[in-house]
Amino acid sequence: MLDLRLYMMQRLSAMFMAPFVLVHIAVMVYAIQGGLSTEEILGRTQGSVFWFLFYATFVIAVSVHSAIGLRVIAHEMLKLNGLTLSVLTWGICLVLLFTGGRAVTAVTLL
Amino acid sequence: MTLLEDTKYLEVEIWRGDAAGGEFQSFQVPAYESQTILDVVSWVQQNTDPGLTYRYACRVGMCGSCAMMVNGTPRWTCRTHVKKVADGDRLRVAPLRNLPIIKDLATDMDPFFDKWVAAEGKHHPSKSREDQIEQIDPENSARVEANSGIECINCSVCYAACDTVAGNPDYLGPAALQRAWTLYNDARDAKKQVILDAVSGTGGCHNCHSQGSCTVHCPNELNPMKAIAGLKRETAISFLRKAR
Ligand code: SF4
Ligand code: SF4
Ligand code: FES
Repeated sequence: MLDLRLYMMQRLSAMFMAPFVLVHIAVMVYAIQGGLSTEEILGRTQGSVFWFLFYATFVIAVSVHSAIGLRVIAHEMLKLNGLTLSVLTWGICLVLLFTGGRAVTAVTLL
Repeated sequence: MTLLEDTKYLEVEIWRGDAAGGEFQSFQVPAYESQTILDVVSWVQQNTDPGLTYRYACRVGMCGSCAMMVNGTPRWTCRTHVKKVADGDRLRVAPLRNLPIIKDLATDMDPFFDKWVAAEGKHHPSKSREDQIEQIDPENSARVEANSGIECINCSVCYAACDTVAGNPDYLGPAALQRAWTLYNDARDAKKQVILDAVSGTGGCHNCHSQGSCTVHCPNELNPMKAIAGLKRETAISFLRKAR
């Protein structure tokens, strides 16, 4: 259920995600060491174009990657096909984009 | 059948039925010192039940027609010794997985071969009979890659071992894709891009999970998983080239 185009989208999104995950974890570990409070963290992320772009790209990569991965599982294990499979793929992608987008805007917009 | 006291017997279960369904039937088969699974099946057909249907031709691992599931694993039965695979004295022989059953142990291999054609696993000539014969350098790296797949005997053992075929019936499968890779690397093949396009659809090489069942089970010790990785690499490169 993966053609070349979906395969490339999944590989490229994975390529983006790998460094994002590392930076995300590294910053979290660093940030909580001195006992940072929620306000202090939001004080730094809100209004930051850098963190907005960072997490927005992260969310897009995650949405694309998971939607394609779950599509394969749904086809091979649940035998979903055709329109149902497309609706499921797009549905997962949009739900992740929406929830992820909400989190990103809450943390980075003023 | 009367059992002889001083003879050792194998407890053999053989699947009987057709596309509509069936069940295992038990047989007792005399155990011999050097005995293959195909010997056991033939013994049943020759001595107990002449109606047992199965397929073989060469008996020496050349023709690729005798593959069956033996105790749950796909094997070439003419070259598989009972001693190596029996569970004690028990054998369970079934038709090859992932293919429609015709009768008893004989499966319909059409889907398997149709996929070879669908993967463009056929020669696309680059010369006519008037041209000089192409000189092939055996050391050339593409030739070495092509050579690594040419001993395939089309037995479908890898196809039966592949869980992706089981989950996605459109998937072209390890043997057809390996064939496509062989031709892609053959200097005499004129349609490389046609091959890449044929293996890039919804049933193409990108569905392979690279878990390697095909490579583990191939009786000729070929490596279809590596061939498929090669196709993934070349299709990805051609995708990026086109995008530029
Ligand atoms: S490595 Fe690929 S072709 Fe081989 S058995 Fe696994 S999924 Fe099938
Ligand atoms: S690759 Fe190996 S297992 Fe698959 S059909 Fe060819 S010889 Fe048989
Ligand atoms: S009978 Fe020909 S390969 Fe087994």
